[in-house]
Amino acid sequence: MSAAFTMNWPAVRSIYRFEMGRFWRTAGQSILAPVISTTLYFVVFGAAIGSRVSAVDGVPYGLFIVPGLIMLSLLTQSISNASFGIYFPRFAGTIYEILSAPISPLEVVLGFVGAAASKSILIGLIILATSALFVPLRIDHPFWMIGFLLLTAVTFSLFGFVIGLWADGFEKLQLVPLLIVTPLTFLGGSFYAIGMLPPFWHAVSLLNPVVYLISGFRWAFFGKADVNIAVSLGMTALFLVICLGLVTYIFRTGYRLKS
Amino acid sequence: MPIISISKLSKTYTSGFTALRDIDLAVERGEIFALLGPNGAGKSTLINIVCGIVTASSGTVLVDGHDIGADYRAARRVIGLVPQELTTDAFETVLNTVNFSRGLFGLKPDAGHIERILRALSLWDKRDSRLMTLSGGMKRRVLIAKALSHEPRVLFLDEPTAGVDVELRQDMWRLVRDLRQQGVTVILTTHYIEEAEEMADRIGVIRRGEIILVEEKAALMRKLGRKQLILHLQQPLAAVPPDLADYELALAGEGRELVYTYDTRAERTGITGLLTGLSAAGIRFNDLHTEQSSLEDIFVGLVREERVQA
Repeated sequence: MSAAFTMNWPAVRSIYRFEMGRFWRTAGQSILAPVISTTLYFVVFGAAIGSRVSAVDGVPYGLFIVPGLIMLSLLTQSISNASFGIYFPRFAGTIYEILSAPISPLEVVLGFVGAAASKSILIGLIILATSALFVPLRIDHPFWMIGFLLLTAVTFSLFGFVIGLWADGFEKLQLVPLLIVTPLTFLGGSFYAIGMLPPFWHAVSLLNPVVYLISGFRWAFFGKADVNIAVSLGMTALFLVICLGLVTYIFRTGYRLKS
Repeated sequence: MPIISISKLSKTYTSGFTALRDIDLAVERGEIFALLGPNGAGKSTLINIVCGIVTASSGTVLVDGHDIGADYRAARRVIGLVPQELTTDAFETVLNTVNFSRGLFGLKPDAGHIERILRALSLWDKRDSRLMTLSGGMKRRVLIAKALSHEPRVLFLDEPTAGVDVELRQDMWRLVRDLRQQGVTVILTTHYIEEAEEMADRIGVIRRGEIILVEEKAALMRKLGRKQLILHLQQPLAAVPPDLADYELALAGEGRELVYTYDTRAERTGITGLLTGLSAAGIRFNDLHTEQSSLEDIFVGLVREERVQA
């Protein structure tokens, strides 16, 4: 039957709009929060500390932290948006409607993950725009910059979606972002080049997947990277594939969705 | 072809609890089918499997000829589900949430259709209200509107009137009858007998995961119904006369009423014999009426029978 192979786009649109609706309903908070936190980072790291730090790889410190700041928000926002987006209907029981509708898993993921990624990209762009108020921006490879932004937002929204399916309480929803992702991001070179670390910690840092994201993203800005750009791209793509695999497994088995 | 055919359907949860055993059931197009059973009998599990919310352990379900697994899109497209729990998105408006449901089923927006549904459910004035501001009864109406938003051919109502006020209950019964007029098949679960009695064309009784009986409502009541003939006596009696001991008689109303219980299934109800006997005994009466046992009595009888057998 041909109908079985055609995509249910109205459903994808409905889920996407529904999820974006929450973002716009709380637009003040959604937009103001990243602007304020970015401003604070610039005051603390850019003005107070940055003035005493010499340029990193020839890039003034205030400018150097811009890609890391964006990445920090991109990762946490993608995860929290996507995990909350799918966890809440499970918690409230409204998931019944998604499960009983003629929607394929792919369409469900497109709607939820698409919306979560869109939100975090918007926030990333807001941070970029806010940064422009404090430092003269410089983006050497704008297409790569957008490419990394998209790839990271989608990958971590997928990761958040997995967390939202796995979590069976609000604590677990916070657990992974708080205990794993935030430390990895801070230790992943958001505010420094990992080359600045002693050799031992430099080697340890290379085990941190976030290093590759930030390094690649920073390369798009300044043409300089901690690790080879191809390695950055490869690692991000690998994580994307892992998350896709997990989501596929969950839908195939009905884990935490169907009894 | 039945609109829903279920064969050899079983469900055992991971906890080891078997909710359904080898269910075979066919629901005909355009009928109102009531699934009657005590709490925990497996009613919701059965509905949730057909709708795609619970995975069956074994067996097949066809909806309008489409397998719910292999051809889930076609199967689900014809189904509307009103769940038992009042689950709504607190911050959404009535109109948005109903439009959302229509979109999920792959249909283009249709403002006219949605308006008709909301008006029929007395929700039109509340269309811009957020769901969290609505009463429980109103939320129930919203869930029905969501289920009807995509013009289903089969509507599942899982315990539709649990905790619902009289007005909504009557509205709901009216709505169900209107839907049947339009050819929509309605399947409802309930443990309220009066609901099944009021609305259903056919009744299935489910108990401990097994369907123990499926019958036309009228036939069921005829078949299992016991009737009572009540005679209002001119003179009160102290005891049933010994001559009439063969009949199942009892005295009521301080001896002014003689109650004869008989089985409508029996070839001879014994009424003629009884009346002759009364006349011979010189017992006169000035009025009489009959009472048919309700579905509730039948149901209680069935479940009790089951217990005795078990």
